[in-house]
Amino acid sequence: MSELSFDAFSGTSSYIADEDLARDVNAAVALGRPLLVKGEPGTGKTLLAHAVAEALGMELLTWQIKSTTKAQHGLYHYDVVQRLNDSRFGGGDVSNIRHYIKLGTLGRAFASDERVVLLIDEIDKADIEFPNDLLHELDVMTFHIHELDETVAAKHRPVVVITSNAEKELPDAFLRRCVFHYIAFPDRGLMERIIRVHFPDIEQELLEAAIVRFYDLRAVDGLRKKPSTSELIDWLFVLIRGGLSAADVARSVPFLGTLLKQEADLELTRRKLAI
Amino acid sequence: MFTDFLFSLRRHGVPVGTQEWLALHRALQQGLVHDDRDLYGLGRAILVHTEARFDDYDLAFLETFEGVDTSQLRDALKRWLDDPLPPPDLTPEAFEQLTGMSLEELQRRFEELLREQDERHDGGNRWIGTGGTSPFGNSGRAPQGFRIQGQRGGGRAGQVAALRRYRNYRTDVTIDVRQFKVALRALRNLGREGPEELAIDPTVEKTCDNGGEIELVFERERKNTVRLALLMDAGGSMAPYTQLVDRLFTAASEISHWKSFKHYFFHNCVYSRIYENIERLESVPTAELFRRHPPETKMVFVGDACMAAWELTASGGLLSLWDGNRTSGLDWLHKFRQTWKDCIWLNPEPLRYWQHETISAIGQVIPMFPLTLDGLSDAIKHLRRGTALRSRAG
Repeated sequence: MSELSFDAFSGTSSYIADEDLARDVNAAVALGRPLLVKGEPGTGKTLLAHAVAEALGMELLTWQIKSTTKAQHGLYHYDVVQRLNDSRFGGGDVSNIRHYIKLGTLGRAFASDERVVLLIDEIDKADIEFPNDLLHELDVMTFHIHELDETVAAKHRPVVVITSNAEKELPDAFLRRCVFHYIAFPDRGLMERIIRVHFPDIEQELLEAAIVRFYDLRAVDGLRKKPSTSELIDWLFVLIRGGLSAADVARSVPFLGTLLKQEADLELTRRKLAI
Repeated sequence: MFTDFLFSLRRHGVPVGTQEWLALHRALQQGLVHDDRDLYGLGRAILVHTEARFDDYDLAFLETFEGVDTSQLRDALKRWLDDPLPPPDLTPEAFEQLTGMSLEELQRRFEELLREQDERHDGGNRWIGTGGTSPFGNSGRAPQGFRIQGQRGGGRAGQVAALRRYRNYRTDVTIDVRQFKVALRALRNLGREGPEELAIDPTVEKTCDNGGEIELVFERERKNTVRLALLMDAGGSMAPYTQLVDRLFTAASEISHWKSFKHYFFHNCVYSRIYENIERLESVPTAELFRRHPPETKMVFVGDACMAAWELTASGGLLSLWDGNRTSGLDWLHKFRQTWKDCIWLNPEPLRYWQHETISAIGQVIPMFPLTLDGLSDAIKHLRRGTALRSRAG
């Protein structure tokens, strides 16, 4: 296994990681524990995994979790239907069951000849019990294929990044095995740096006016969904495309709909900020 | 010192287990910790699993390491690991030479300020923070700066902890609708219900396993069987908590996974009639509830349980004197408890007022929990445990 230095990750050219985040990522890599990333939607949890993969020079495998996802889906799938089809209508080597075993994302991460970054995205979307079903596999990094009576063991322990929007509580036993990082909402200084990564040529005046507006909006009491970083980026994109100036942003909030998506929030904001 | 830290964490309600504690040891042994700032950050990443406990972590960190300077901390670290670490960058002598102020003096000032200051502070010339001219903090310009570890942002670990930036994430203080929902989702009991239907996927699997001989698989749908009834106090003394109760109600009604969900209102306590619509004063006899809701229903009361003693114990209670019903509020509660095993009471009043006679009287009949996120989680655990015990017995 290739040894990585403890400060292998410090962000990338397109992803700004603060010191705390970089340290936690490196600790998770060194300890071989999954990194659990939580934070408001739109604070760059998924992007973090991409940045880690880029910085460490590893391939990224993404396992997108849905409400119906089962732990088994990540390991392997035995395609009996294909096998039956082949046996009835010809084609394929039916006698070899191995041809019909397909590895899932987790299985591929284990079987990979190179160390990879495995992103388990939005783990809280699945059933409450889902994380528990993965405990053993993530701990010892092996699983058994019953049809072949074979054990798949990870050649290289993948770097596991898990994101959660906190829709559901995660089980304690699962949490105990993770290194936890909470992405706090960026302050103005960090936000400016993040925006500069996305819009290197943005006018300073517009940038400042937009940031002031943005944090004012977030401070409105009683919002159902506060606008997040990704919405700010979208908004700036529209502002720049629309050729709007800092004065326009100071006067009103053009394209408010890119920042706030709920009718009630729009009304509330218009009333409170008198725009 | 580090064992103290473990116990301090537990005392502050951070449930640190052996597994996490050993993981932190491993991180130290692997040389991942270079200074106290790393210890603070990494300790938090490994020992704490939710942002809701960050503030408790900060408090425990302060309690254990407040007044301990970097070199002492390093010595302790060294002893703890029984493994030579690089020598501390800052010995007390070197420090005095550098700063022109004795370590003790600076330390004392630092602690004084810590006690006075309770908010994050940037700029200025007095408080601990960043970018100012106070001798404490980081990136400042004071000639005698307590600058630890060069250019690192955010300052010393103790300072960072003292900022208590995560106070707003505490779950025993603030709750929004979404957090209520997260807690309520844990309340479920899956059972297979309804008519049997042909299950396509298992049928295909089974048939293929049989080498093409058709085998039909029938299943019932898995459904949540939890029935919930929310009974809310709409009396005047509940006014300060209207928003909180409203959020709980919104969360419970927006979750669609209940088998049934009903809500009612009452004043002070449950008497012979209970309101279905509080604005239009539409009420039903309370006895009707006993016909409507099967015994497995979870009955959740929300109220401050504060009233004059006679309002609880007088027959007929305060509001029903005219309808000739002789049952007191407390008797009604006993009846509820006897019919529905899963009764709980959520009380928004701060715990320190719970000695109040009607609160404790009601609490003896119906298990009472604070209306905070932690309290709600405990209440739900209580309900789940009750259900599990009974299903095992039956």
